[in-house]
Amino acid sequence: MPNPKDYAILFDASRCIGCKACQVACKQWNDLEAEKTENRGSYANPPRLTAHTWISMRYYEGLRPDGDPYFDFIRGSCMHCTHAPCVASCPTGAMAHREGGVVTVDEKTCIGCRSCVQACPYEAVHFDEARGVVHKCTMCYDRISNGDQPACVKACPTDALTFGTYQEIRAMAEERVRVLKERGYARANVYGLAELGGTHVLYVLTEHPSQYDLPKAVREAEKRAATGWLSAGIAAAALGAGLKFIVERREALKGGGQ
Amino acid sequence: MLTRRKFIGLAGAVTGGALFLERGMAQGARPVLRKPIGEKPLICPYCATGCGMIAAVQGGRLVNLEGDPDHPINQGALCSKGQAARGFVQSPYRVTKVLYRAPGSDRWEEKDWEWALGRIARLIKDTRDRGWVEVDDQGQVVRRTESIATLGTSVGSNEEAYAMSKLFRALGIVYIEHQARICHSSTVPALGTSFGRGAMTNHPIDFKNADVILVQGGNPAEQHPLTFRWILEAKERGAKLIVVDPRFNRTASKADIFAQIRPGTDIAFMGGMIRYILENKRYDEFYVKHYTNASFLVNPEFKTATELDGLFSGYDPEKRTYDTSTWAYQVDENGQVRTDPTLQDPHCVFQLLRKQYERYTPEVVSKITGIPVEKLLAIYDLYSSTGRPDRAGTITYAMGATQHTYGTQHIRTYAIVQLLLGNIGLPGGGVNALRGHSNVQGSTDFALLYHDLPGYLGLPTGDKPTLEEWIASRVPKANYAPSANWWQNYPKYFISLLKAWWPEVDPKEAYGYLPKLSPHKGGIPDKSADYSHYAIFHAMLAGRIEGLIAIGQNPANSAANANLARKALDSLKWLVVVDPMETETAAHWKRPGVNPKEIQTEVFLLPSAVWAEKSGSITNTGRWAQWYDKALDPPGEAKEELWILTELVQRLKKLYAEEGGPNKEAILNLSWWEHSEHMAEEVAKEYNGYDLTTGKLMAKFADLRDDGTTACGNWLYCGAFTEEGNKMARRDPRDTHPLGLGLFQNWAYAWPANRRILYNRASTDLKGQPRNPAKWLVRWNPKEEKWEGDVPDGVAPPDKALPFIMLPEGVGRLFAAQLKDGPFPEHYEPWESALANLISGQDKNPVCKVWVGDLDVYGTPEEYPIVATTYRLTEHWHTGMMSRNVPWLLEIQPDPFVEMDVELAKSLGVKNGEWVRIKSARGEMKAVALVTPRVQPVKVGDKTLHQVGIVIHWGYQGGNPGDSANQLTPQALDPNSFIQETKAFLVRIEKI
Repeated sequence: MPNPKDYAILFDASRCIGCKACQVACKQWNDLEAEKTENRGSYANPPRLTAHTWISMRYYEGLRPDGDPYFDFIRGSCMHCTHAPCVASCPTGAMAHREGGVVTVDEKTCIGCRSCVQACPYEAVHFDEARGVVHKCTMCYDRISNGDQPACVKACPTDALTFGTYQEIRAMAEERVRVLKERGYARANVYGLAELGGTHVLYVLTEHPSQYDLPKAVREAEKRAATGWLSAGIAAAALGAGLKFIVERREALKGGGQ
Repeated sequence: MLTRRKFIGLAGAVTGGALFLERGMAQGARPVLRKPIGEKPLICPYCATGCGMIAAVQGGRLVNLEGDPDHPINQGALCSKGQAARGFVQSPYRVTKVLYRAPGSDRWEEKDWEWALGRIARLIKDTRDRGWVEVDDQGQVVRRTESIATLGTSVGSNEEAYAMSKLFRALGIVYIEHQARICHSSTVPALGTSFGRGAMTNHPIDFKNADVILVQGGNPAEQHPLTFRWILEAKERGAKLIVVDPRFNRTASKADIFAQIRPGTDIAFMGGMIRYILENKRYDEFYVKHYTNASFLVNPEFKTATELDGLFSGYDPEKRTYDTSTWAYQVDENGQVRTDPTLQDPHCVFQLLRKQYERYTPEVVSKITGIPVEKLLAIYDLYSSTGRPDRAGTITYAMGATQHTYGTQHIRTYAIVQLLLGNIGLPGGGVNALRGHSNVQGSTDFALLYHDLPGYLGLPTGDKPTLEEWIASRVPKANYAPSANWWQNYPKYFISLLKAWWPEVDPKEAYGYLPKLSPHKGGIPDKSADYSHYAIFHAMLAGRIEGLIAIGQNPANSAANANLARKALDSLKWLVVVDPMETETAAHWKRPGVNPKEIQTEVFLLPSAVWAEKSGSITNTGRWAQWYDKALDPPGEAKEELWILTELVQRLKKLYAEEGGPNKEAILNLSWWEHSEHMAEEVAKEYNGYDLTTGKLMAKFADLRDDGTTACGNWLYCGAFTEEGNKMARRDPRDTHPLGLGLFQNWAYAWPANRRILYNRASTDLKGQPRNPAKWLVRWNPKEEKWEGDVPDGVAPPDKALPFIMLPEGVGRLFAAQLKDGPFPEHYEPWESALANLISGQDKNPVCKVWVGDLDVYGTPEEYPIVATTYRLTEHWHTGMMSRNVPWLLEIQPDPFVEMDVELAKSLGVKNGEWVRIKSARGEMKAVALVTPRVQPVKVGDKTLHQVGIVIHWGYQGGNPGDSANQLTPQALDPNSFIQETKAFLVRIEKI
């Protein structure tokens, strides 16, 4: 369970218009390069998160029982879990919780072993080949530590994203679900309260999370996180003195990338 | 509740800081910001919502660009395009040197400005003088050149638009057009004839005040996301959103009711609404009686389309025009309109309206539109619930409504419904045209359109050889009391304009400097009667236009039937393109499938600064002129347009002084500005106007005079830059209305007179008291004898003026005799349609304009059975220059696509994500098939129609080149505005 004073983000799917302002705001603030993509029959692009794409919107469409179509939009990014499998699997402590419950990676101590990439149930952590380290959403840790909002939250045209303390965000989410139920969304729910010890990004959904590829992945990942611990521990022990070599290699790779 | 504004207020002070202190973390240990957030305010260069941005510049480089938290419209947010705008400034496709392509050459050469400007000035002079028409074929002195055309621009500043409008008219050019012609030109006559002004009635924030929002022919969640912010705000308060569109889009995803409509059948849909309102007495009786022309009596000879099977009285099938003499009010001996206040006279407008729409029953409308009867009735019932003083309904739209051969009449249906329901002039009401370019409202106000002059003063015609005759023809007579008849002030505005352009010259003489139009000939198959956007390309093909100056416009992609437009460019002798990147237009000579050797066009590509690299004002869709200062220098040798125009003016003045030429005085005596850091401000001061006797800036247009002692470049902007300062640069983020209606009158400047909601006096009763006190907008204070609230439409007391002050009647027009295709809208099929008209024997708009020739051809439903429409995406912008060339935007929408229903895809053997070839009678294109349940086949009678939607943003230049949807679209035109029918046409699709 996150600390009530922790930082948190609310994604309210009932207000999202799928405009991808959050995706671009993330790239703009963090100076992330654009990827080469192609249209494979969807509005979603880039199709998945990468070392250079820390938010990617997902699009869901179909017909409702009354025959009218629906078009739903879900934000895909790091959930900043309390029991974060990426943190658990990290052999060097590079991936860690910071003040306010935010999970970030310290590039200086990341050895590029990619245990976290394997461990993350949301596929939110990715390896940067050029720099030899992993990257993911930082919740704009620099901005929020200086009293501003994460770039994605600030950009959102319809306030589908809100930033605040976990206590405030959770209360907002629960209130929103109450309102949505009143408006006829019988299946409205908050996602992220129970998952992985409670996530610092909460979702308000109008349909069951399974509609949006959400809960199944988490259960598998919780299992993976446990094995992640094991394998990472073994890896760290086996490498021992080799750690220095890996750090140097990463530094070399970084140089090459510049 | 944690709202955005609250958060921004508290952020630094409480949330972040408190958290750190509580957890015992030292202030100094905070992570540092990776870069500054920014402090230089800018206005977004993409759509016309007018969002604020803040820029951070370090070492001359733009390092951050994000939303301005103080801005009342976007409150710190931006859409994906706005967020990516730094990528536009820093696009890898920026041109930083002057480029020149010699006739027949297959490559660009780098040149210097001096050489290029000298050569261009020479070409302009020689071409202008060669194509000079002193007297037209009717013997009238017209003093114009027909061998040069200009296109652009809706993406520059007001100052640039004004300077271009001034220079091009002084040169005698009449082919002056820009994007407004092909996007919202039908809005202007529709709203102008209905209410008096052609602009959006309310403004983006005002959507929050609506109770019901009807989006028909627009897609604000995708095209104006920060406008949609306020629509969602209304929804949170309990408002209902209705979306009527050919496909279920991102706006529809938030709708309470969605109806899929067959493209091009909106008049039938709205005609059904009008009938429903009348039959079920849902109209606002007070409003209809007092603020519309419902009670006006019309000539008994007038016949509706109900009586004449789809035609109105006066049709001449030979000429394909109407004799409009029966479309007139009955007047008494004093020229005043006769009325029947009981609305019972069979010849009163109210009864004629009833007669006109009696055929538009739900069953008939359902068959035409493809919308089930129950859904039609649900929408009509919900929307007409706003016909009460305590409820407000708004209709908002964009290209889906405007781009039809009956686009003007389509918008007229919105005006009629809103007048019947009493929804004009109130917060949360209005007919809200959402404009798509950052300054397309401003460039329209400054008349980068062939038929007009700044401030909608109209370009004179050759049959009015003197200033007196012209003015006499433009001053209307009030025909109903108490009408303010504001255009009685026309002489003051027109003469002040002449004094702004030629301050040293007697206005009578200066009138002779202006180019004059000859009356329109109109009709099919005339090719030469107008100077509008499409006439330009046909004149180019015919060799009549030799030179084209395209500033910030890319017709090789943006013109309908782009293959024709591209071929027309090939026949130019010279082409000057002013743009920050190499557009399809600039590069037409090396496009796929042509041999550069065969194209003899001499091409100049002059690299221009982008918006953040220059100062100026732009006017948003809600008429807010917002000023911003330059944030950084342009790269390389790129220059501001004002610099380029000034250099050209200096060279042209020198050439005409040395060599002479026809009407040379218009150029030699033209006032112009000196190069300076504050040049844009100097231009703004001129269009605001000044007193020639004192040299002081004018405070308001009411002070302008007709004796030649005041100068004013655009009366609508008089008051924007006064002795008190530049009001367009004001940034007070506090709402000025006590009820928090979102007026923000100390933020920027709204024309006219800083009025935020047009026709606002219509929200009050005959004594000036609000009809909905809970949401009052303006009210008359009888004690102090003045209006309170928003700036009223005229300061006259309630009993001295009716609310629609720009019309001689003073009331809104349900019946409007001014349009070419009828005083009431009537449903016709698109020019290229899969179905015959089910409501009358008149299949198509009988007076629409269609070009005839080898290149503009039309298909039959047998050959092209699929109905197509076109649209934009949130992630892209128009021809793609400002989005495909921005890597962050190309990444999120990389390819052109066509959305089609599952059944159609199955019959074509196409799977989602596969490439298909789409063909029309005019061309073909390749696109990715998006097979989606969001488009459904339409059952019309026993027929199943398939409709597809095609995105428009690709072309052969820049990031990820591809085909333009305009390779398919037709050029059939609306008769009132000459806008093309790009929203309904026929195609067939093949698997590749």
